[in-house]
Amino acid sequence: MDEFWSGYLWPAILIVLEIAAILVPLLIAIAYLTYAERKVLGAMQLRKGPNVVGPFGLLQPFADGLKLLLKETVVPSGASRAAFIVAPGLTFALALVAWAVIPFSEGWVLANINVGILYLFAISSMGVYGIIMAGWASNSRYAFLGGLRSAAQMVSYEVSIGFVMISVLLCVGSLNLTDIVHAQQRSIWFVIPHLPLFVIFFVSGLAETNRSPFDLVEAEAELVTGYNVEYSSIPFALFFLGEYGNMILMSAIITILFLGGWLPPLRYEPFTWVPGVIWLALKICVLLFGMIWVRATFPRYRYDQLMRLGWKVFLPFSLFWLVLTAGVLEATGWVPK
Amino acid sequence: MSEAEIKHYSINFGPQHPAAHGVLRLVLEMDGEVVDRADPHIGLLHRGTEKLIEYKTYAQAVPYFDRLDYVCPMNQEHAFARAAEKLLGIEAPPRAQYIRVLYDEIGRVLNHILNTTTFAMDVGAITPVLYGFEEREHLLAFYERVSGSRFHAAYYRVGGVAADLPAGLAEDIMAWTERFPKVLDDIETLLDENRIFKMRTVDIGIVSEEQALAWGFTGPNLRASGVPWDLRKAQPYAAYDQMEFDIPVGKNGDCYDRYMVRIEEIKQSLAIMRQAIEKMPTGPVRVDDHKITPPSRAEMKRSMESLIHHFKLFTEGFHVPEGETYTAIETPKGEFAVYLVADGTNRPYRCHIRAPAFPHLQGIDFMSKGHMLADLVANIGSIDIVFGEIDR
Repeated sequence: MDEFWSGYLWPAILIVLEIAAILVPLLIAIAYLTYAERKVLGAMQLRKGPNVVGPFGLLQPFADGLKLLLKETVVPSGASRAAFIVAPGLTFALALVAWAVIPFSEGWVLANINVGILYLFAISSMGVYGIIMAGWASNSRYAFLGGLRSAAQMVSYEVSIGFVMISVLLCVGSLNLTDIVHAQQRSIWFVIPHLPLFVIFFVSGLAETNRSPFDLVEAEAELVTGYNVEYSSIPFALFFLGEYGNMILMSAIITILFLGGWLPPLRYEPFTWVPGVIWLALKICVLLFGMIWVRATFPRYRYDQLMRLGWKVFLPFSLFWLVLTAGVLEATGWVPK
Repeated sequence: MSEAEIKHYSINFGPQHPAAHGVLRLVLEMDGEVVDRADPHIGLLHRGTEKLIEYKTYAQAVPYFDRLDYVCPMNQEHAFARAAEKLLGIEAPPRAQYIRVLYDEIGRVLNHILNTTTFAMDVGAITPVLYGFEEREHLLAFYERVSGSRFHAAYYRVGGVAADLPAGLAEDIMAWTERFPKVLDDIETLLDENRIFKMRTVDIGIVSEEQALAWGFTGPNLRASGVPWDLRKAQPYAAYDQMEFDIPVGKNGDCYDRYMVRIEEIKQSLAIMRQAIEKMPTGPVRVDDHKITPPSRAEMKRSMESLIHHFKLFTEGFHVPEGETYTAIETPKGEFAVYLVADGTNRPYRCHIRAPAFPHLQGIDFMSKGHMLADLVANIGSIDIVFGEIDR
């Protein structure tokens, strides 16, 4: 009995608690990301943004969530019921599952697996299924076009994201996310030697998460929000949460790959007094602000222009950079052991 | 083995679509993302304006024109007021002409701000529209101060305008024309040289000079194709012969040119507004013929004749001698004209309205053929259609 307690039950409880410790702040972060987006957009557009519900409109995300919960879930009569219901859940679940391997600080990670990057890559590749399923199952022409666009877009940009990651991995010599941060602790943040890659990764991240200026999947003016036209209530909320969760996730990945994860910007006091989690959160916030800023500034790409950018600009460049990185590492003997 | 037949993917675009600019319904035949045919279906906002006008006195017909192109209401009133004045053989007094020029140009800015910024929104830029709408609010406040109403002004009357400018209004409009270029700069900074914006608009929806003329394009859409035709210069009306301004002309006739022509026209309009205020003469704002325009309130209290005039005007209205006229005005969207047939009674026998956006909408098919769905949206935004006047 004692063995059962210490060997199985206690670790299980611990893991559940750890998951809760990640998910609860994450969900709150997602809620307040929607608030932050509206406030930042409002400021950039010379208006106020939400300011009625609660002080400074701080309760607005919960009011929105509550509203969606109370709405009726409409399933179109021509829809493929099962896929229609599963799709938003899949999107949302995948956006959460990926957080298992993200290190929040030294040793603060749920699953410190050796193939962390591959895991992230696999999860984000699966994200496209939720959207395709939604587009297909809705049995609506707009949603279908949205689904098609999304499939093409996410697959294209994943290729260049993959090559960018490989360049970074060459400098680290490990697929483990904690090791990637440690490598930056030993040398410098990868954003400095790999600045062009950082830019490519950020832009591809926008495309991967279907954010403006690559939000063709849900282009309001063309497809009337695309794949989620037919969704309402909780399924819609799940898509929404999934999208914003993916934004935070993408920012976290960029932070870990290029901005030194939880490391302070300088290795001296008083920077070292601040806990690593705070630094990670700050860096993520800066990237998220960038994403929102882009949304306020740029028009939307057209479908073929987006593909051209992905395949004809980003892919050749990231390939070239990969070869260059490998060459430099080999020539200087900096190849990690 | 027979070859599989590939059917076109047809999409019902609108009438409830965020990029439909009102109640446009397009039946699209798509080849994947490429538009093969765009078939506009109109009539969802048909209110029978032309027929209704036949049953109203001339004065009562004016407000119907506010409701045609509701983005720049007063410009349409101008066409009707001028048509009726032509048949009556009268001319509005000079001050009224200058006020009309001033408010025509306010209407032009109102229209172009709305169109250029919503066009930007159609191609995905969400910020310019919010900058623009704040300025539109100021302009609508000028409408309100002069007529009491933000949109449905009914300010231009046959024989002049309803009332003189209230004290201080001219100064405020002047101050606004000094302030507005900064906002316009902000909007232009976001769009003009933006690479994505140019990718989305340059060489999209090209209308050649011949096509533009053949399809009856007018206004900025025609000028973007390189034809310097503007009724304000070609056939000056009101006080436009006293104004100094340029007519911006495009080169390629694509969406970008249409956008740029409108932006430039806003700047020209600001110049005209300033000139109109500076050169505005003093004097009456309505013709002094109380068979046509109502007498002043004070006069009615002491003069029996004025009271009779007032009563007759607001019950029977004035009679217009037999005749017909085609009177065209350069509204922001192009040549807006009223074809008015009078039979000597107090009501028009026929009032046909030439709405400039109607021929523009016909062009949407040849403009969009072979382009992608996203370009179709850009095309719709760039030709500046408003359904109030298309469906009438």
